[in-house]
Amino acid sequence: MQLNFQHIQAAHCENGVTTNLLRHMGIHQITEPLAFGIGAGIFYIHIPFLKISGGPAISFRTMPGQIFTRTCRSLGVKIERKTFSSKEKAQQFLDDCLAKGQPAGCQVGVYHLSYFPKEFRFHFNAHNLVVYGKENETYLVSDPVMETVTTISAHDLERVRFAKGALAPNGQIYFPKTSEPVSEERIKKGIIKGIKHASWFMTETPVPILGVAGIRFTAGRIKTWRESLGARRGGLYLAQLVRMGEEIGTGGAGFRFVYAAFLQQAHAFVGKDELLEVSKQFTAIGDLWRASSVQASGIYKGRMTEQQDFNVMGDMLLNIADKEKAAFKALYKIKW
Amino acid sequence: MKKDEIPQDPSPLDKFTKEVCYAVDEKGDYTTALSRGWQVKADALGITWEEAQARTANAREKVKNGEASPVLFFMELNMMDLPIVAAYTGFWQWTVKRHLKPDIFKNLSEKKLQKYAEVFDISVEELKNASPNAA
Repeated sequence: MQLNFQHIQAAHCENGVTTNLLRHMGIHQITEPLAFGIGAGIFYIHIPFLKISGGPAISFRTMPGQIFTRTCRSLGVKIERKTFSSKEKAQQFLDDCLAKGQPAGCQVGVYHLSYFPKEFRFHFNAHNLVVYGKENETYLVSDPVMETVTTISAHDLERVRFAKGALAPNGQIYFPKTSEPVSEERIKKGIIKGIKHASWFMTETPVPILGVAGIRFTAGRIKTWRESLGARRGGLYLAQLVRMGEEIGTGGAGFRFVYAAFLQQAHAFVGKDELLEVSKQFTAIGDLWRASSVQASGIYKGRMTEQQDFNVMGDMLLNIADKEKAAFKALYKIKW
Repeated sequence: MKKDEIPQDPSPLDKFTKEVCYAVDEKGDYTTALSRGWQVKADALGITWEEAQARTANAREKVKNGEASPVLFFMELNMMDLPIVAAYTGFWQWTVKRHLKPDIFKNLSEKKLQKYAEVFDISVEELKNASPNAA
């Protein structure tokens, strides 16, 4: 059994799942940047004291499911979301959805995803994909970061849906249930709400490890890494930062470019010229993130190992934090 | 980033897929294009991968010398750490830590061994012998 589901590749998994699911139910105006912007997907946190796979706990993304939930809520779409303690029930529920003709978004762990190359298989539990059909014991999967649709065995799907560790998915399944036709007006409101939320979060949260302040915090930490960890482990930490930022899920530069694209598309809806200006700023910030990744790679490749190099890396992030603060403030201050 | 600046470096993604990148075209409008990969990212993955290999080799050495139980080896082989092993097995973290000691591992019940074997996707025999070709 196979549903008529259109797979569109995306830069970020949850954006892609959200976009594809909403398009499937007939909301054709939605694009990946719009989903990302309305869902206020831009995020930053650096949790001190906590380590993930032996490196710093940095995340460029919100809790899995947030972008989907927020986008749907803003657009007035009712959603169904469920987690399970029983693996059998989880599979039964998925099968029932498919039988009813409903493709379903699933949160999964990456480690046992059989179609990923081995280098990418870390214990990372916040990946998202859509299951849109079942043939014998094989599920048909639309993984938004892949160019084409793929398949996964029932056994493997169960394993990834019940991956354990941080952010364990517990078989989480979600899909939009019902919606009225989404009007232009509704999208406009969603865009404004999304921009307000993201710009508030990045600049106004009074917690020094969140948003722009979080980037500053990381910058400060980086400068101490060579002293406290040595050049090699410090380099590994930076590699983790780059992986979190630029790898398949994207985060650093990738997210800035998507956000800049969102602001351009938002301009077509709400027509505030400030948005185009800020969009250009985000393009520039994205390029700065990329430059910082290049600097980091020099360190973890072992080409640059001096304290000076770590300082430069830290200062690059400080510069990014300043620029982002200015850009998000400009968004925050727009009078709608 | 401009569209023609999107990196197209060889990467572990090559045989798998290309990724979507957002970039601006000549007129300054955003568009998407596919990227083969980026050396900077490939290096970050590479060094992390090498580190995991080194840890596994180190663990194998320790098991051979009787300094650690095979659980350590398979834990590293599967790129897990204590919290993850604990979450998968249902044991407490301190219990898993105890099981890393060869003397304690020796006396583990079949049931507990079975649990580890399941998590590491191997047989109990392979677990006991820390047979390296299990991967």
